[in-house]
Amino acid sequence: MINTLKYQSQAVAKPYFIAAIGLFVGQVLFGLIMGLQYVWGDFLFPEIPFNVARMVHTNLLIVWLLFGFMGAAYYLVPEESQRELHSPKLAIALFWVFLAAGVLTIIGYLSVPYATLAQITGNEFLPTMGREFLEQPTITKIGIVIVALGLLYNLAMTILPGRKTVVNVVLMTGLIGLAVFFLFSFYNPDNLVKDKYFWWWVVHLWVEGVWELILGSILAYVLIKTTGIDREVVDKWLYVIIAMSFITGIIGTGHHYFWIGTAEYWQPLGSIFSALEPIPFFMMTLLAFGAVGKRKRDHPNKATVLWALGTGVMSFLGAGVWGFLHTLAPVNYFTHGTQITAAHGHMAFYGAYVMIVITIISYAMPFLRGTGNAANRRAQFTEMWSFWLMTISMVFITLFLTGAGILQVWLQRFDDGQPFMVVQDKIAAFYWLREAAGVVFLIGLIVYIISFFVKSKEPAEA
Amino acid sequence: MSEIFSKSMARNIYFGGSAFFIFLFLGLTWHTVKVLPETDNSAALTEEVILGKKVWEDNNCIGCHTLLGEGAYFAPELGNVYKRFGNSTEAIKGFIKSRPVNGIPGRRSMPQFNLSEEELNAIAEFLKYSSEIDTSNWPPNIQG
Repeated sequence: MINTLKYQSQAVAKPYFIAAIGLFVGQVLFGLIMGLQYVWGDFLFPEIPFNVARMVHTNLLIVWLLFGFMGAAYYLVPEESQRELHSPKLAIALFWVFLAAGVLTIIGYLSVPYATLAQITGNEFLPTMGREFLEQPTITKIGIVIVALGLLYNLAMTILPGRKTVVNVVLMTGLIGLAVFFLFSFYNPDNLVKDKYFWWWVVHLWVEGVWELILGSILAYVLIKTTGIDREVVDKWLYVIIAMSFITGIIGTGHHYFWIGTAEYWQPLGSIFSALEPIPFFMMTLLAFGAVGKRKRDHPNKATVLWALGTGVMSFLGAGVWGFLHTLAPVNYFTHGTQITAAHGHMAFYGAYVMIVITIISYAMPFLRGTGNAANRRAQFTEMWSFWLMTISMVFITLFLTGAGILQVWLQRFDDGQPFMVVQDKIAAFYWLREAAGVVFLIGLIVYIISFFVKSKEPAEA
Repeated sequence: MSEIFSKSMARNIYFGGSAFFIFLFLGLTWHTVKVLPETDNSAALTEEVILGKKVWEDNNCIGCHTLLGEGAYFAPELGNVYKRFGNSTEAIKGFIKSRPVNGIPGRRSMPQFNLSEEELNAIAEFLKYSSEIDTSNWPPNIQG
């Protein structure tokens, strides 16, 4: 019995959050390996070639964010629905299935050549592997679908007989969308153009579509809890935010259809609509600052409020501004597939999805650990240090990659251009700086983990 | 946002806007797929090219390279490598075959994948096919 939890079944969120943080550490370590390989070409070669490190880096990111989303859902849905989770046992069973699938897949990447992994997992029967971010063996993908279906069933059986709020319905819609669009990862036509066209239905319609619903609903929930803002007001904002996400983001998929062999009308369509994609993120920034500025109570968990505000700002900068920088077709013609894309990817994922998961973890963990509605002041102080270390170092990672990208475009893409590897040598200084910023990010992450173990110096309250 | 703009209005924008743009997107997708053969070089999709795509995927080439600008940015663009290598499939095969097993000291190097002759032919034909997709004149120059 955990006294701080309104519904005991919310406790199933805890292992999800712990796994998320653990895999986050793995993701960052492999990011540092890759960053080093950019400047020290044969580092860990041929044991861990770059492509393997990158798979581990990106796949761990996806898996730990999914752990975070699922944990968030299991935590907030019972409270929003005002009843216990339909089946806590199912939630725990799915946790172990997902963790096993994730860990075994990573071990597979690291222990055998990728072609061998494809062979022993029977990729030839239903070839889905070897496409960016969808490198998982087909059997892992099936596992992900099973876990997602189990999650949706469990949540639906909780929400349907319970109280339906805008927050839990929007979250549920986002999670259903996540599961539906993932099914396109099983479609791998021989025609490369068609393959690429529908590959984006997973990748773009996740991060610039349905994931924004998950982000918006978690942010709305945390703001309601920490600032006491009226539900009516938040609901209205949430509807407009997700409306703008879909209105801009769906046709905005077209910014990926400029140069892959699809009809040319995607150039104006993709440019115009994706140029509007910053709007929902800007509205999230306004919502977060508005709610905190007009707060009706001072929640003792200051760290959570900081993370929530940070999500608003950094998602707008990373996804909105850095996305806009290279989204117009005439600009993208020169920047497509350069370090500019990497710069945008890093800040967008951190600002939007990493930060919202940390926000909900920061809010929920004190309740889940039974320590009250907030960690002690010293622990929060440590956590806020980790916020600034990680956020500022991510800003610098993004700036250095942007610098590398601008130079790369200039040297490689204009006039006759210089060969790829010649240019890579010339921009190595930026890669070194990025690696240094990456080390600071890891330090920030370590400080974040330490914050969970910082004890109060004040005498324990009765 | 006061009473003038009510919650149900916001909800209607969400439902109406989403539905409209989902259907527009489906319609555009239907049309895009219909006119795809004009640009996608699918006439060149031989059994060998299809095997080549499998070799491409089974060896996770996208983990280092870009193909039509998508993928990783660690190694050169391969959507136009056939043209960059002087319109030669032999040059592509020669490069893949010649990669040292233990890499090059201090430098980035492509792994040695030990492909069979059949696989080498297939991957080279796949890259030739890719280079002949009409990509609206991308990349800007031969360097990719």
